[in-house]
Parts: sequence; structure tokens; C-alpha cells
Amino acid sequence: MNIGMLFQAMPGNVAQGIIWGVMALGVFMTFKILDFADLSVDGSFATGGAVTVVLVTSGWSSPSALVMAFAVGILAGLATGILHTLLGIPDILAGILTQIALYSVNLNIMSGAANMALSVNQYNLLVSLRYISRTILVASGITLVLICLMYWYFGTEQGSAIRATGTNPAMSRAQGINISLMKVIALSLSNGIVAFSGGLLAQYQGFADINMGRGAIVIGLAAVIIGEVIGHALIGKRMNFIVRMLFVVIGAIMYYIAIGIVLWLRMPTNNLKLFTAVIVALFLAVPYLKDKANNSFAKAGRRGAAYHDSTD
Amino acid sequence: MIQLTEIKKTFNPGTINEKLALDGVSLTMEEGDFLTVIGGNGAGKSTMLNAIAGTWPVDEGSIVIDGENVTGLSEYRRAKYLGRVFQDPMTGTAADMQIDENLALANRRGKSRGLAWGITKSEREFYHEALKELNLGLEDRMTTKVGLLSGGQRQALTLLMATLQKPKVLLLDEHTAALDPKTARTVLETTERLVSEHNLTTLMVTHNMRDAIHYGNRIIMMNEGKIILDISGEEKKNLTIEDLLHKFEEVSGEEFTNDQAILSK
Repeated sequence: MNIGMLFQAMPGNVAQGIIWGVMALGVFMTFKILDFADLSVDGSFATGGAVTVVLVTSGWSSPSALVMAFAVGILAGLATGILHTLLGIPDILAGILTQIALYSVNLNIMSGAANMALSVNQYNLLVSLRYISRTILVASGITLVLICLMYWYFGTEQGSAIRATGTNPAMSRAQGINISLMKVIALSLSNGIVAFSGGLLAQYQGFADINMGRGAIVIGLAAVIIGEVIGHALIGKRMNFIVRMLFVVIGAIMYYIAIGIVLWLRMPTNNLKLFTAVIVALFLAVPYLKDKANNSFAKAGRRGAAYHDSTD
Repeated sequence: MIQLTEIKKTFNPGTINEKLALDGVSLTMEEGDFLTVIGGNGAGKSTMLNAIAGTWPVDEGSIVIDGENVTGLSEYRRAKYLGRVFQDPMTGTAADMQIDENLALANRRGKSRGLAWGITKSEREFYHEALKELNLGLEDRMTTKVGLLSGGQRQALTLLMATLQKPKVLLLDEHTAALDPKTARTVLETTERLVSEHNLTTLMVTHNMRDAIHYGNRIIMMNEGKIILDISGEEKKNLTIEDLLHKFEEVSGEEFTNDQAILSK
């Protein structure tokens, strides 16, 4: 194992991390702000990739194809939102239904192909693994603009209403907020962002694949949670909204650096998803276990035993 | 100002848990009326408030607020007429949002929420002054997350939020029941001050008979989904708890069953 190889692979991991960070910002929007575990992103991520590849190969410019990917992603989110609010289907199930439906939709977008190539030699692409440093620059720029837009949006009256819906639906209704509408808007925007990120990844890797979104929600959650833990450790309670979003992207980068390291350690790629699941489970469990350790029956039992012995 | 006519509501109809919660409730309140509502457990006090708030549609009857029939309006559409404070201090505010953000949300009740900035500078000054009057020092903590406030502070803030946009009707659903006696007293005093300051039409459900007698200009007692007593004016001022218990037994033919109400003198 050559440490030089690890460093050689690092920029690629960072580039990939930033692109997935855009996706994680979409997940952050539903999972953290709206308090809605939206599984439709596994489908809409691939939708974004498919739309982008199909459009670019038929002559669209790379940025306009990404805008269309965003728009189609909005439709996917709209579907989940309607299933949940108008038809009363629980959040997780509504997301799964959209996700499975999108599998067929994505195949149709790609005219039945499970995989479609997008060669950087033939088309002018915004990002590509051929030009990693440019990719890092462009993707960082896009990410920063997105974070600023999200910061602005969630500071507006409508964005505040979405945040209120996420923290306290009962209070929101009492304040005259149409919480169903707020959920639909947030789900739409979130899936739009996720599809946009899928379009970026398709350009970066040079193809769209019907399975490229599989497990996207878990990677998104990994980024959100890793970012939160790191941010909390570094900055503590003074994290404001904009810094929280920055750490979501940092979380995604850290995740891909970790992936780079385990691949360098020669872990078979077949085990990557297992590794991801373990990482997410660990990061989810750590805060809980920490709290438990400080406040456990075992500790109380030991204190109680000492007290008992001393008074005997 | 508000008029309920023959409101009926049955929960879980056709099941073993069927419960006739409101059995033909009619009530008319004039502007500025401060009505206290008492009654035993399950008498329909909170249910009546929820019917007005539109938590669910009523089975029969009509609800008219300020001349407008709101019976068919959903909860969020009715919100522009109503200020509400709940029993649980957690319910009335958004814990993850700042004090000023909560006030800004309340200040836009009944208005469309667009892409204008969620809170303006002049608003902040206005909130600062309004918070000052609560005497809790919250005006210096406007960017604190509401989740860090105590139950009493949250209820006081919810009260302020409910009255920021003058509501046609203020609904208080046992809003001091979850507080310790001293804090409850402060919140009630704030309530009385805000109600008289803005001349608010108010419905206050309480389990505390002493408070029910002390506050407001009119008292109603509910039992089994009906209003069984309605006392106002001079007669209300001279009421005692014993009078109320006695009247309850007279009208309903049973003993008053809410120990909490009787014991919390």
C-alpha cells in the first residue's frame, strides 16, 4: 500500500464529495428543516442524471440541462408531496412509492437503456473527472451559491413558515400557515436540488446509470450527520444556519475521503454500501450512547452500591 | 362578535368509543367579553375551543366570527381571526426558532407569506418594546431559541404572539395548568393586562374555580357537552366556589367530579 496513491486519489474524492454535498443539502432541507425522511431522493438523483445526459447528448448546453434536471426534480418532489398531503400516505412510504415509480420513469427518459454515456471529449461539460481541479472549483462555486440561496430563502416569510412547519406543525396551523403547502414546496425544492446534483455527478463520471441513486439517501444522511458531529465538535453551540449548511458539504467531503481511504486499504468495492451503513449507524448512535453513558442505570447502580456499602 | 349555534360533535361515531362531546352548544359573546369556562373532566370545555379553532369540522351547527361564517374554513384559514394559547407550553411556539422569529411568524397570521424578508428591522424594535412589557427580560434575549425558555416564559411569549395581531377572539385552553402556582399567577396577570389593553373577546378554559370567578365578566359551566350555567354581571362578581358547586349539583343532579378544580383553591 503506497501512501502516494492515497494522496493521488484525494482530489477526486474531494470533487465527488462536493457534488454529493449539493445532494446532501437537499436532504438537509427535508430531513433537518422539514423533519421529513424523504426517500424519493434515490430516484430523483438518477432522474437528474438521466435528464442531463439525454439533453446534453441531444445538443443542450451543460448548464441549461442542469436547470432542466432541477425542474424535473421539482416534479418528483411534487409527486411525493401530493402522495403525502393530499392522499394521506405516511412520509417514508410516500417517498418509497415515488422512488420506485421513478425507476420506470428514468428508464423511459433514457429510452429504455440502463446506462447512457456522456463523453467529455464530445461535449463541453461543467465538471468532469478529466479536469479535477476545475471540477473542484466549479462545484465549490455552485455549492456556495446554493448555500447563499438557501440562507436567503429560509430567511424569507415563506422559508420561515417552512421551518415552523418542521419544528411545530400544530403551532404553524394556529399561526395560519398552510402546512400541507409548505411540505409540498420544501419537498419539491429538495428534490430539485438532488436532481441537479445527480446531473452534476453524471457529467463528472461521464455517464448516467439507472442505479446511480441507489443509497443516495443514506449518503445524504451520512453527510448531514457527519457534518453535524464535526461542526459541533469544532464550533459547538455557536453554529448558525449558514455554518450548519457548510458543514453538511464538509460532511459529504469527509465521507468521500473516508471511502477513498478504505478503498486504498483494499476493501472490496462490493462492501462499500455495507461500510456506508455502518458509518451512518455509528454516527447516529454516538450521541445517543454518549448521553446514555452519562445517565445510565449501570452508573446509578454503582453509586447506589457504594452508598449502600458506606452506610452498612 | 362570536356566535355558536347548536354545535354538535361526536367522536369515533359507530364504534365502542363513541362519545358525544358537544351536544348542541349555543353561545353568543359581545366584543370585549371575557368568558371563563369551567366544568368536570370530559365536559366539553376544550372540545368547544377546538370547535371554534377548527381543529376538526363540527357535525352540526354554525360558528360565526365577526359576522363571517367560518364553519367551513379549515384551521389555518380561520387562524387570522383567532389568537390561541394551549395547555402545553411546547405547543404554542416553535422551539428551534428564535424569540423574534416566533413573533414574526405570529405577526403574519392571516397574511400571505411571500419572499419578503421574514423579519424587518422596524418589527424588531416593536417586538423589543412588546417583550419589555412582559417583564421577563426576554427583550434582551430576542435571538435566543425558544426551546431554551421555561414553561412560564413560553406561555407568556405565546400570549404575546396570540395578541400581536389583535385577534377577533382569544382562545385560552387551560394555559396555566402546566405551570407552578407562582408562574401561573404571573401569566394570568399578563393575560388580564393584555385582554383589557386590547379589549379582546376572550374565552378562557380553566380548571381553577377561583381563577374562573376572579377573572372575566362572565362564567359558563359545562357538563356532558352542554352549557349548564351562564352567569355574568353583578351575580358573577359575588360568586363563591361553594355557590358554583351547589349550582352545579342543582342543575346536573350529580356531584362535581373534577378534583383538581375543587382542590386548587
